[in-house]
Amino acid sequence: MGVDARTLVSMRDLVIRRASDDRPVLDGINLRIRSGEVVGLVGESGSGKTTLGLALLGRIRPGLERIRGHVRLEGEDLFSVPAAELAALRTARLGYVAQNALEAFDPAWRLLRQTTEAALLHGLMGERTATNAATSLYGELGLPDPEELGWRYPHQVSGGQLQRIMLAMATLNAPDLIVFDEPTTALDTSTQETVLKAVRRLLRKSGAAALYITHDLSLVTRIAQRICVLHRGRIVEDAPAEEIVHRPRHPYTRALWGVAAGVRRSRPVPEQPLLELRGIRTGYGTGPDILHDVSLQLARGRTLAVVGESGSGKTTLGRVIAGLLPPRAGEMLLDGEPLPPRLKDRTQEMRRRIQFLHQSADGALNPSHDVFMILSRPLALFHELSGRAAQQRAEELLEMVDLPPDILHRRAARLSGGQKQRLALARALAAEPDVLICDEVTSALDAVLRNGILQLLNRIQERTGTAILFITHDLSAVRAIADEMIVMHEGQAVEAGSCADVLKAPQSEHTRRLLAASGAGSSRFMPAGQ
Amino acid sequence: MNRRNMGKETGGTERCGNVHPLVRIIAGRLVWAFLSLLAVSVIIFAALEMLPGDFARSVLGQSATPEAVAAIRHDLGLDRPAAIRYIEWLSGVLQGDFGTSLSGRGVEGGRSVAELVLPRLGNTFLLALLAMAIAFPLAFLLGLIAAMNRGGRIDRAINSVALAFVAMPEFLIGYLLIYWIAVRAGLLPSLASVGPDTPLAERLMRMILPAATLSLTVIAHILRMTRASLSELFERLWMEALQLKGIPMAIAVRRHALPNASGTIANIFAFNVAWLITGVVVTERVFVYPGIGQLMVDAVTSRDVPVVQACALIFAAVYIGLNLLADIVAIATNPRLLHPR
Ligand SMILES: Nc1ncnc2c1ncn2[C@@H]1O[C@H](COP(=O)(O)OP(=O)(O)OP(=O)(O)O)[C@@H](O)[C@H]1O
Ligand SMILES: [Mg+2]
Repeated sequence: MGVDARTLVSMRDLVIRRASDDRPVLDGINLRIRSGEVVGLVGESGSGKTTLGLALLGRIRPGLERIRGHVRLEGEDLFSVPAAELAALRTARLGYVAQNALEAFDPAWRLLRQTTEAALLHGLMGERTATNAATSLYGELGLPDPEELGWRYPHQVSGGQLQRIMLAMATLNAPDLIVFDEPTTALDTSTQETVLKAVRRLLRKSGAAALYITHDLSLVTRIAQRICVLHRGRIVEDAPAEEIVHRPRHPYTRALWGVAAGVRRSRPVPEQPLLELRGIRTGYGTGPDILHDVSLQLARGRTLAVVGESGSGKTTLGRVIAGLLPPRAGEMLLDGEPLPPRLKDRTQEMRRRIQFLHQSADGALNPSHDVFMILSRPLALFHELSGRAAQQRAEELLEMVDLPPDILHRRAARLSGGQKQRLALARALAAEPDVLICDEVTSALDAVLRNGILQLLNRIQERTGTAILFITHDLSAVRAIADEMIVMHEGQAVEAGSCADVLKAPQSEHTRRLLAASGAGSSRFMPAGQ
Repeated sequence: MNRRNMGKETGGTERCGNVHPLVRIIAGRLVWAFLSLLAVSVIIFAALEMLPGDFARSVLGQSATPEAVAAIRHDLGLDRPAAIRYIEWLSGVLQGDFGTSLSGRGVEGGRSVAELVLPRLGNTFLLALLAMAIAFPLAFLLGLIAAMNRGGRIDRAINSVALAFVAMPEFLIGYLLIYWIAVRAGLLPSLASVGPDTPLAERLMRMILPAATLSLTVIAHILRMTRASLSELFERLWMEALQLKGIPMAIAVRRHALPNASGTIANIFAFNVAWLITGVVVTERVFVYPGIGQLMVDAVTSRDVPVVQACALIFAAVYIGLNLLADIVAIATNPRLLHPR
């Protein structure tokens, strides 16, 4: 790799604070990225990673303000160039891949048009060239049927595909710097791998510099040459990747490495299942069956993990239980009573007893509502609480999920990704459910926080006896939280049993493969440059 | 070009077999609207049945002999069972016959309700549309500006003025306008009593003040609704992503945010037109404007039941119809329904 010491972008003593309470979010950041250099940025949820990444693009979110400091792109101060010029710079020289691609596309525009929009607007390419370039990028990124894909709408492709289309969008104009904000955290392990490879290939080919934000240290070492560790708005460590791996200095970095999921102690098996599914078969619209003959039992106070890779039908199963997708055959029982297949046929009480926690907190929370509004709805709906009582309960709920009470009147749009996830959990808990369906809830969180959430779920379960259906692709989370597990593959439960048994002596070929993949991912670190 | 067509074709053939879900949903809404209207017609009929006093009494006065009252009631068919009268009324309405007004009866042999109501309805529609033509663009623009500057000084200024107007009752606005513009400045006529043969220019001239009054009462509502729904849209992550890929805010709003808001905008529009049409009574009174609100008030006073029924049913139809229209716009612009998987 040719060493080119030319500084591409530099951040000088950048201080950004919250407008409402003057709390600093970034506290004197100095950062330099040379052209062609890939810098990793790791840090826990809420440490300011997204804020820093956006500042590199000259963006400060409403609700935050810059107190001092500059960001310079080859000498040009991004905070003082006129708006029109900044827009042109962003198109031609900067790229951005968002934390959550599902929310990052205009739902009403075809994907190809969104990919080429900026290039056409700023006259960087003609329509024909842009279309061809985008299509061939889709192909390079391993997207299926690139010619046709661009004519689809965002809701017509999967999350992993959307993430790769966002990669294509960010690299179409051959930018000098790309900011990746946790581009793979919301994806399952195998898709994650595909996207990561695509990112590496793109970076190598284009020679662009990049800031790669993630909470996954093992991942960032595979892509970055240098790693910065962000902790409470300060860069506490900035060193070559290898050094961070082998000789971490700051205690926080060591903590990040040291996180190992604890194994859950076993508990007595209760008598009667709380929720039971028998022979569920279903599919979307008039399409083929997505689930074939799935049965499961979930007892009070227990956690059942549903494990499988993306497309195996995990989320669909959750939707069936939540009443969003009626089964074509089979039955569901809650406490031995039949549970109506459609949400609208369920009583208020049934709805209260089954709560759903989504993969994407962004999609589930109205960004312009404040935290109290979000929590007070279920409180009013299910428990008829209002005024003082509701406020008190809302504060308790925030405490339960380790959120500070002073965010009660902050809008959801102004919370970090991890805070939103915890808020969504608090909202589900507000109903005091008997069954909590968690759909990939920890996949977007950093290792420290993920462990926190898993412990939190365990704690809550101990206290309230809530049964948890935990849908995930992350086997280390399964170890930490579940009593029983079922393994899904192509719409079928290929294996079921107690966690200890399945993890120790997997019976099905597919489970063995899953185990092998996850073992390799979490225990070995490969420094970049390999 | 070629590829574009291909994409469309495959999309079309995929769902050739059965009906497009859009058609199904819209057909469902139509049926639902019709059923609602039917239910409302029952309520209107029943409510008027229960109204104390009737036409016979109000014509003959308090001292009328029971025999005279009974004679008139028999004459009008009021002594027959309510259910039969309802069915007769409904089947008439379905054929466009709203019955005969009771007021003109003895003298002119009775005027048909339709003949009485239609020109008044036209007047009210004209007034409401004129008010909307003034109010909507202005309020929408202000709401958009407020949303784009959410939390800023401009936003706060716009909001506090809007709040002041929300708090002011329309008769007060009407009288203030009459006092300042018609009486003190003498710029416009204070009464809007137009007739069927008032020339159009004159008619519009007279309608300016009532239309202005009405617009002032809805501007604040439209503005606040627009601001709320647009600022929610502006906070979406994809609006930020657009700016980060170099689309200037103004273009992002025009190309992306507004088309996505079209369902909401249609809703705001329909809601406020309906509100104007059903809520014009006070303004028509203040300006003595011959609209349907005036007609209805007069008919209630004289217990002219067929006219009241017709007016109430028309109000309901307007309300339900406009909301249906807005619903259809919202459904037809939803990409998830337009382009199902
Ligand atoms: N627009 C905003 N207004 C007010 N506070 C904000 C805003 N955006 C972020 N914050 C606060 O700034 C802090 C850092 O947020 P940021 O989104 O940068 O964190 P992050 O490291 O990206 O976290 P995550 O890993 O959860 O995405 C958090 O405490 C958050 O609540
Ligand atoms: Mg973030």
